[in-house]
Amino acid sequence: MFDLTGKTALVTGASGGIGAEIARALHSAGATVGLSGTRVEPLETLAAELGERAHVLPCNLSDAAEVEGLIKRGVEAMGAVDILVNNAGITRDGLVMRMSDEDWASVIDVNLTSTFRLCRAAVRGMMKARWGRIVNISSIVGQTGNGGQVNYAASKAGMVGLSKSLAAEVASRGITVNCVAPGFIETAMTDKLNEAQRAGILGSVPAGRMGTPAEIAAAVLFLASQEAGYVTGSTLHVNGGMAMI
Amino acid sequence: MSDIADRVKKIVVEHLGVEADKVTETASFIDDLGADSLDTVELVMAFEEEFGIEIPDDAAETIQTFGDAVKFISSAA
Repeated sequence: MFDLTGKTALVTGASGGIGAEIARALHSAGATVGLSGTRVEPLETLAAELGERAHVLPCNLSDAAEVEGLIKRGVEAMGAVDILVNNAGITRDGLVMRMSDEDWASVIDVNLTSTFRLCRAAVRGMMKARWGRIVNISSIVGQTGNGGQVNYAASKAGMVGLSKSLAAEVASRGITVNCVAPGFIETAMTDKLNEAQRAGILGSVPAGRMGTPAEIAAAVLFLASQEAGYVTGSTLHVNGGMAMI
Repeated sequence: MSDIADRVKKIVVEHLGVEADKVTETASFIDDLGADSLDTVELVMAFEEEFGIEIPDDAAETIQTFGDAVKFISSAA
């Protein structure tokens, strides 16, 4: 099940914990993967670990021109981009009253606007191929909100609205567009939490533990698969029951 | 028929999967050739690629028939 042999996938934010695991999952299902991110070194390390069928495609998502060119570079390296996973994201947390325009704009730019640009560029080839999978990594806070994260939550909710609208536009061409919305996942970001914060978070998670990057990757693999062809415009919540929506 | 018309016709035939003789001067992409709104966008993008031109949105809206397309591209290319 979930055989991606012959398919090509571009994953942004592949230098991070979740992105790397997504790339591993797609790769082990047989896909050729394009690893994008800002930091080249972890991308090279991951590519070396994966071996064949892995291409390093560095890209700064806050640079519009670089974003515009990324899909083209993916096509040059892999022949096509059949599967696009918009996983890259940044945070610039702060209370509204103390949040600068710059902190707002940079999060919206990298998380939401780059998703739009990459989708726009990727859909062209997918329409011609009459097949495509776009998986956008949103977040639980896009649905529930989270104090201190108006910019991040807005960008993640925006990804859901974008995905549903795009899904409606391209469904007739065999292209699906879905979101995966992680809850608390063990990554470098959550490693920084202290014990008290950790306990507080886990108190709100019925599963009683944080999720793993592999559990996010599994959800992405499903949505990227041939088998998920009738699933579009939906959001798959992977949060241990933290929010049942 | 000009060279441009031939090239436009080829794109339309390939993209919409219709018989070449159905693609007449007054044939409407949507009403006569079975295109949907996404097809018309794809056609415009294919024309842009083939002829190395840019077709702005307001001009694209006026391109309803095969004849419209040939006329616009002839004036722009």
